[in-house]
Amino acid sequence: MGKFQLITKGLIKENPTFVLLLGMCPTLATTTSAINGMSMGLATTFVLILSNIVISAIAAYIPDKVRIPSYIVVIATFVTVLQFVMQAYVPDVYETLGLFIPLIVVNCIVLGRAEAFANKNSVGDSALDGIGIGLGFTCSLTVLGLVREILGSGSAFGFKFIEGDGILAFVLAPGAFLALGYLIVIFRKLTSKKAE
Amino acid sequence: MEYILIIISAIFVNNILLSQFLGICPFLGVSNKLSTASGMSMAVCFVITLATVVTYLLNSLLVKFGLEFLQTISFILVIAALVQMVEIVLKKISPALYASLGIFLPLITTNCAVLGVALTVVQKSSPFAAAANGMMNLGEATVYAFATSLGFGLAMVLFAGLREQLALNNVPKSFKGIPIALVTAGILAMAFMGFSGLV
Repeated sequence: MGKFQLITKGLIKENPTFVLLLGMCPTLATTTSAINGMSMGLATTFVLILSNIVISAIAAYIPDKVRIPSYIVVIATFVTVLQFVMQAYVPDVYETLGLFIPLIVVNCIVLGRAEAFANKNSVGDSALDGIGIGLGFTCSLTVLGLVREILGSGSAFGFKFIEGDGILAFVLAPGAFLALGYLIVIFRKLTSKKAE
Repeated sequence: MEYILIIISAIFVNNILLSQFLGICPFLGVSNKLSTASGMSMAVCFVITLATVVTYLLNSLLVKFGLEFLQTISFILVIAALVQMVEIVLKKISPALYASLGIFLPLITTNCAVLGVALTVVQKSSPFAAAANGMMNLGEATVYAFATSLGFGLAMVLFAGLREQLALNNVPKSFKGIPIALVTAGILAMAFMGFSGLV
């Protein structure tokens, strides 16, 4: 697999949200607007890249039996770093995303990439893989956030283009499930057409 | 009275799956059959309650030494260790219970509901706390954790029941599997929205 493919595969072929269906909790919870979705995606990407790099570097020294706990410790360390960084520079975003920043620790995307890719590939490739998957995750979260924001509050990236409220349900819990369900259907339709 | 409010709120109004989006992975993953869904719910109920009590006590220790920033990392380790221990103890004490919960226990470590609840109860701005400093006491935290996991079980069993019916129907090709499940969950969440304003 070429270096370029490592980065682009996360967008369509191995899109974590629409194809692999990983990391559903933050996907559904934080995409109330496009900006929120994007911040969550970028936060996860940060952890994903760094944990991928470190895990691929130390994988050879970790006994097989304790690898999962060790990966979790590495991931949790970077999540704590991320919490500090966000508290210092973007406290508003940190407040909005709230509980879901520490919960990146148990995001199956991060552990999944560590287990499926980082522990058997070189440091450079793992970093690229982290960037690619993170980018895919960020894009799909932004799209989902954008759809919910347009339908739910009649605005896009914070710019309002209709008067009054939208369909409020799309900002609330049910809309998250519905929007993601229909987006997956659209995504499947588009990709299956391409395959034919 | 306070406890009743906590229970109703955690089960219906702020249902962990349908309004807080914690623990969605098992919600979508093991809700194909009613029996596995109820098994998973029982295991989660057990682990959430136990983990919350342990992490609550651990947190008071962390606060004492001013090490709150270690919450995330220490909680996840405690939860992982606890799940392992529960598995070993159950195997010895109650093989029957182990047989029914066994396969779900390892999955729970990465269930964000457990860590989510553990982190929620130690937050300073809990709406249910009776104490002045805004933190739940141990009793409230335990009740909250137990009620939350009951809410998890309720949503899980309802959803599994719906999906069992759904499996018998002819669904358009693109909707097969997860998409139709998500749309169903959306409608279920809409039904649960009817409870908002109850507390």
